[in-house]
Amino acid sequence: MKQYRAHLLVCAGTGCVSCGSFKIKEALEKEIKARGLADEVQVVATGCNGFCERGPIVMVQPDGIFYQLLTVEDVPHLVEEHLLKGRPVKKLMYVPPAEKQPVPKMKDIEFFKHQRLIVLRNRGRIDPEKIEEYIAFDGYEAMAKALTGMKPQEIIDEILFSGLRGRGGAGFPTGKKWAACAKEKAAPKYLICNGDEGDPGAFMDRSVLEADPHAVLEGMVIGAKALGASKGFIYIRHEYPLALKRMQIALDQARETGLLGTDILGSGFDFDLEIVQGAGAFVSGEESALIASVEGRIAMPRQRPPYPAQKGLWGKPTVINNVETWATVPNIIRRGADWFQGLGTETSKGTKIFALVGKISNTGLVEVPMGITLREIVYGIGGGIPDKRDFKAIQIGGPSGGCLPAKLLDLPVDYESLTAAGAMMGSGGMIVMDDKTCMVDVAKYFLNFLQDESCGKCVSCREGTQRMYEIVKGITEGKGQESDLALLEELAQTTKDASMCGLGQTAGNPILTTLRYFRHEYEAHILDKRCPAGVCKALIRYVVLAEKCTGCQSCKKACPNDCIKGTLKDVHLIDQSKCIKCGACKEACRFEAIEEQREEAIQVI
Amino acid sequence: MAGTKKLRIQDLAKIREKTRSLMAIRESEGRARVTVHMGTCGIAAGAREIMDTLLNEISKANVPDVIVTTSGCAGLCNAEPMMTVELKNQPPVKYGHLTPAKLQKIFVQHILGGQMVADLVLAVGSETMY
Repeated sequence: MKQYRAHLLVCAGTGCVSCGSFKIKEALEKEIKARGLADEVQVVATGCNGFCERGPIVMVQPDGIFYQLLTVEDVPHLVEEHLLKGRPVKKLMYVPPAEKQPVPKMKDIEFFKHQRLIVLRNRGRIDPEKIEEYIAFDGYEAMAKALTGMKPQEIIDEILFSGLRGRGGAGFPTGKKWAACAKEKAAPKYLICNGDEGDPGAFMDRSVLEADPHAVLEGMVIGAKALGASKGFIYIRHEYPLALKRMQIALDQARETGLLGTDILGSGFDFDLEIVQGAGAFVSGEESALIASVEGRIAMPRQRPPYPAQKGLWGKPTVINNVETWATVPNIIRRGADWFQGLGTETSKGTKIFALVGKISNTGLVEVPMGITLREIVYGIGGGIPDKRDFKAIQIGGPSGGCLPAKLLDLPVDYESLTAAGAMMGSGGMIVMDDKTCMVDVAKYFLNFLQDESCGKCVSCREGTQRMYEIVKGITEGKGQESDLALLEELAQTTKDASMCGLGQTAGNPILTTLRYFRHEYEAHILDKRCPAGVCKALIRYVVLAEKCTGCQSCKKACPNDCIKGTLKDVHLIDQSKCIKCGACKEACRFEAIEEQREEAIQVI
Repeated sequence: MAGTKKLRIQDLAKIREKTRSLMAIRESEGRARVTVHMGTCGIAAGAREIMDTLLNEISKANVPDVIVTTSGCAGLCNAEPMMTVELKNQPPVKYGHLTPAKLQKIFVQHILGGQMVADLVLAVGSETMY
């Protein structure tokens, strides 16, 4: 490494990579070389910067200038203007919605301003493939402290006192889990990192693994010392190739430099880690199912107790924590439990990462202190709903979570408040929905996901999710009956009560919360055969408004199913028997002559 | 990574210090901020040579927390090549008619020593902005 006058930090998280950030990096390097700046300017690939909506992203330091939505064509101009002539390029900067002036510096952008980074502290700052950059920002300091200056019980006490709770979903106190495992006499003991992130729309763990793999590794070595474990496994699903690659690089580098393996840092402590690739079943995120998968068996949960802390991997005491939990550990050891205690609320300490997606202006990855309100996340950091539409609901906690309505926007985000409202913290997925979203359709989507992912071991879950899906599907097709709602509630409750693992126990949540907060939408579908949001295809139809139609034929050309009739300059007609309700004609029409009708009851044939 | 040496605890601190200083500019903080004016006029008058000399001096003196940036024409084209030196909590100081030799003097006396080189100074402070 040498001294450069400027560093270009190119975001290389999965989001930006899929938008072509590696091509941008190549183009930057080529252009910088061509301009003779190769000795002055360095290009660095970092982990996910968080503002995925605006990728590909490049940060220029030391100026702190944030460039967004870059294309390869922008690169020569950017290099010439900013790096050669020192004129930051306004047209490549972020312009907040409803404003005209760009915000040049990253620290001034609303999306970043309100975040508090602990776990993601190195995102967009270090090259995750270089161990020395991790060390530069106090990396492995906590590990050194734990290995040489702390007794196992002191480490456990520190974690216990910090109030850290599992970031994977249920929020079990991490220190308690460790203490339970430490009590066990059996040997060897194992550690597992749960990176089987399966919630649709969630990418917290992936981003941590991609942006700061050494933090996870360091956390696990500290855990190993606390529990006396000598071997650990990092379980990452194979759909995360970049995370797998960066974790492997991190493990190799750590082993090579004596930070992993035998006699770590000359302390005499031995611990090694291995990556296990998951095949991508949602149920593998459940700890006993994940353990089965690591053992090479089908990922099916088993009855607990005994808990993994007592009898886990190959029947031995095992501590299994989520990626984010492990990555939090070094921060607590380095800065002290007192510091961590001071962040967050009474019962939920520290910060939490959320993947903010759906109908939100600033899609991305955010880390916020516990206790922040949903409103601050959606409207402050998230920038509100695009296209001036209204907020309808926010889905929190993945398929096991729930949909919360606008009246709960001031709810503080902590484990207890979310559970009381019918949702759950989950691993941190947040899907924002606007008024064009049909809540029955959303429930149908999650039920379809769950009935597909149910492992089938418990009858209540296997049959329950399937029946609930069929009933809700019927409702969206206009076949719903008044008795369906009571039946759904009964099914949801039974599935919850009689299933063994978290998947089944929470499978009813999408139904129960949408029924609790959006019952009127179900009733509109069942009683009026009407979808208020205009989403359920069987309950809407497209018609041509004769007084507005100019006979331009655009809709006719746009129709994929050839069901629009009409000659040039004559009013067109849609053949309802052939219409597949794709809405292409409505989009194609420049005269607003095509209407989506859903107000009056439509006869279902 | 340098070789495949197994690290000891004291090595961590060494790596941290060395790498951290090279990465200092990613945090936008440093002892001084030096702006070389690189508008067309500046480049034509030899700003590139000034830049090269400056970077060279920084690496020779091993003071990686001096932040070097470029900017456009400062409006006084006949005084190019120009540069602005900003020390923490002090008003910016502009130098003009630079040569590598003058730059070396400014580097040692002002950037490292904190004393502006009075006979080379064009102006102190910034223009009023509306």
